[in-house]
Amino acid sequence: MAELFVEPGKVVRARELAQKAARGVQSFIDRHSTVAIERTVLRLLGIGGAGARGAPLANLLVDKLRDAKVLHKGAAWWMGRALKASPGRDPLQAIERIAARPEKLPPLTPAEDAELRETIRADARAAARELRDKIEKRKELKRSLQVGSFPGAPWKYVIVATGNIHDDVEQARAAAQQGADVIAVIRSTAQSLLDYVPHGPTTEGYGGTYATQENFRIMREALDEVSRQLGRYVHLTNYSSGLCMPEIAYMAAAERLDMLLNDAMYGILFRDINMQRTFCDQYFSRRICAFAEIIINTGEDNYITTADADEAAHTVIASQLVNEGFAHLAGMPEELIGFGHSFEIDPAREDTLLREFAMAMMVRELFPRSPIKYMPPTKHKEGDIFFSHAYDVMSDLVAISTRQGIQLLGMMTEAMHNPFLMDRYVALKAASYVYRAARHLGDEISFKPDGIVARRQREVFDKALALLEEVAKDGMMAAIGKARFGDTARTETGGKGLDGVFERAPDYFNPFLEILESDRRAEGASGRAPLGGEGQA
Amino acid sequence: MSEKQLIRPYGDRKDDGVVQLSFVLPVPVSEKAKEAAAQVAKKLGLSHVLVASMEAAGEDYSFFVVYGRTHLQLDYGAIEVPVVAHRKHPFDELNDVIERDIGRKIVVVGACIGTDSHTTGIDAIMNMKGYAGDYGLERYRMFRAINLGSQVEPHALVEKAREVEADAVLVSKVVTQRDVHKEDARTLVDAARQARIFDKTIWIFGGPRVDHKTALELGFDAGFGPGTKPSDVANYIYYRLLERQGRAPAPQPTAHGTPDATIQGAEKP
Repeated sequence: MAELFVEPGKVVRARELAQKAARGVQSFIDRHSTVAIERTVLRLLGIGGAGARGAPLANLLVDKLRDAKVLHKGAAWWMGRALKASPGRDPLQAIERIAARPEKLPPLTPAEDAELRETIRADARAAARELRDKIEKRKELKRSLQVGSFPGAPWKYVIVATGNIHDDVEQARAAAQQGADVIAVIRSTAQSLLDYVPHGPTTEGYGGTYATQENFRIMREALDEVSRQLGRYVHLTNYSSGLCMPEIAYMAAAERLDMLLNDAMYGILFRDINMQRTFCDQYFSRRICAFAEIIINTGEDNYITTADADEAAHTVIASQLVNEGFAHLAGMPEELIGFGHSFEIDPAREDTLLREFAMAMMVRELFPRSPIKYMPPTKHKEGDIFFSHAYDVMSDLVAISTRQGIQLLGMMTEAMHNPFLMDRYVALKAASYVYRAARHLGDEISFKPDGIVARRQREVFDKALALLEEVAKDGMMAAIGKARFGDTARTETGGKGLDGVFERAPDYFNPFLEILESDRRAEGASGRAPLGGEGQA
Repeated sequence: MSEKQLIRPYGDRKDDGVVQLSFVLPVPVSEKAKEAAAQVAKKLGLSHVLVASMEAAGEDYSFFVVYGRTHLQLDYGAIEVPVVAHRKHPFDELNDVIERDIGRKIVVVGACIGTDSHTTGIDAIMNMKGYAGDYGLERYRMFRAINLGSQVEPHALVEKAREVEADAVLVSKVVTQRDVHKEDARTLVDAARQARIFDKTIWIFGGPRVDHKTALELGFDAGFGPGTKPSDVANYIYYRLLERQGRAPAPQPTAHGTPDATIQGAEKP
């Protein structure tokens, strides 16, 4: 069904404005790097271990280089320089040695400098090839299995969050057997504010499980097994948000995750992370996602858990278009951009179902090739599990009849505790029923061109367009400063992580960026990635 | 002491003691599993146990819906729960009585403390818009409401409260895993004592898993759970301020014609 009642000219205009706003930030991004980006480069170059007290080596090295005030040249360059100065030494010691007295190092001749870069570029190419192989392996498994309950059905997405990765595995396996298509491992509370990624398997967490590379590996391995057993591919997702967006993206790529929450503005608005930091980090992380063909899920659903869903609906649309602009600049094709929104209008009001239809159809049609990520109600959940299931079923109905791509099933126990096994079971059973019962409902019905749904779409889109006019005029950073998104104002120099942002030197070296931006180099700025997507049909 | 008032759960007939349960057992579906579910219910003290539904929740788990009857009964009259009780003024009237009795704006600072980033609760109370059609504190002419937002360190909140000479501090905690909300609340109380503003400030704790009793135990003046409206908090602060100034108001008619209130609640257990 998914009908759009908005004038096509307005959609074109809104998209132009959003792209303009994203481009306005891109020039800043292209001149800067961050500690998280540099740590990712080191991880790609093989520095994935942790020091004696669990601190990741990539952090130790980047901190040394930052303290020595030489990071602006790029961590990869210093890695090359250190290995050249102390061949055969372990990289940590080598970098420690030179970072202690960088001014004492003999200058390199241009030929030596070029040679150093070529050596590291070769390492980077080898690492990228290795990564590519893992991604191909992931795609191969998926191709060999059924995907989703039937063609056109949203992927059923559930969360596990025990804090213990081994318990998570148990629950994920049970959920997969009950019909889940996507498992999200919720992160430990406030991991997004850690400026490092914890190391190794973890069995303790608050409200979730730490995202670590080893935890990713453990869960993916279990899901591979259960996917083969069921003959249906079970996706794994996590959160590339917070202060370690690019590192998580890299780890997810290496451990064959399928999707990541990744939003250009989420961290700024909802975690008070500095906007300069987030804009740089989202770019590099999305470059990795484009390379690894990881579907990103944007976070617009959160806007209407903070602001009122009915009044702030236009900010969802405006932000999705901005997120699209940023994603395109990072080389992401439509098929990999899972735009987020949610079923959040206060259930005490009338005709919320029609208003939710209006929104869901509009998002579906604005991004016809993207796997839309649809969130269930959370804000108005109050602890009545019985009503909660009824409320969630309405969201299931909208999801199937408007062909949303990925549906997070009801957060039945929102405001109480993490979902229990039985909550997940009932949610999956109900969603399967609704998908089956309403499989072709969307093909059979259409809405009046001047009815409540059509009028609502036009009203919301007009407001989104007005907001984008303003954002394009003022610039993204100023617009966020005026609380235009998610009712939250942030300043350019406020928030966490600004001290991790630095201007690149003219001879800044990042061999992975070179590989990841190869399309940009070939086609000029803002080109699309040459890789095909793997979104849903 | 009130008279005995014996009550029991009520399903279909008064005092039938019917309860419904759902739970998962970590065993595959089987007749044996069903019997195990019935035994769980019996060991909980239920009789007339009916395992209404057993379904496979994954290969190794069984999901049950069970009914049974409990024989317990309790004296409702003997239950004592401290509640925040106060009379309520409508919006305009509250502004008027604050102006009359306090003579200046009431300063309130609010925040989600610790690692908590769930601002829905604090926003519902403080933001202009309010909650469920009830205006937030920012909207009141006689309140100065400062919302520090999410993930505020307890020390930073105390510092701000001292700086603006807050009359009341509102703390919201949604995340309660492993009682992290209590830990953060204690840190806050300690910080306030150290900064010597604990006694002169009204401390209010809110959140979906917060009740008045817990808040009192943690050293707060009041706790507000789910469903609290901004006007509840606004009225509470006003009466508490009067009470602290030793000026619990004498009942008198107001400009709006409603009888003025006397503070009734917030007695410590």
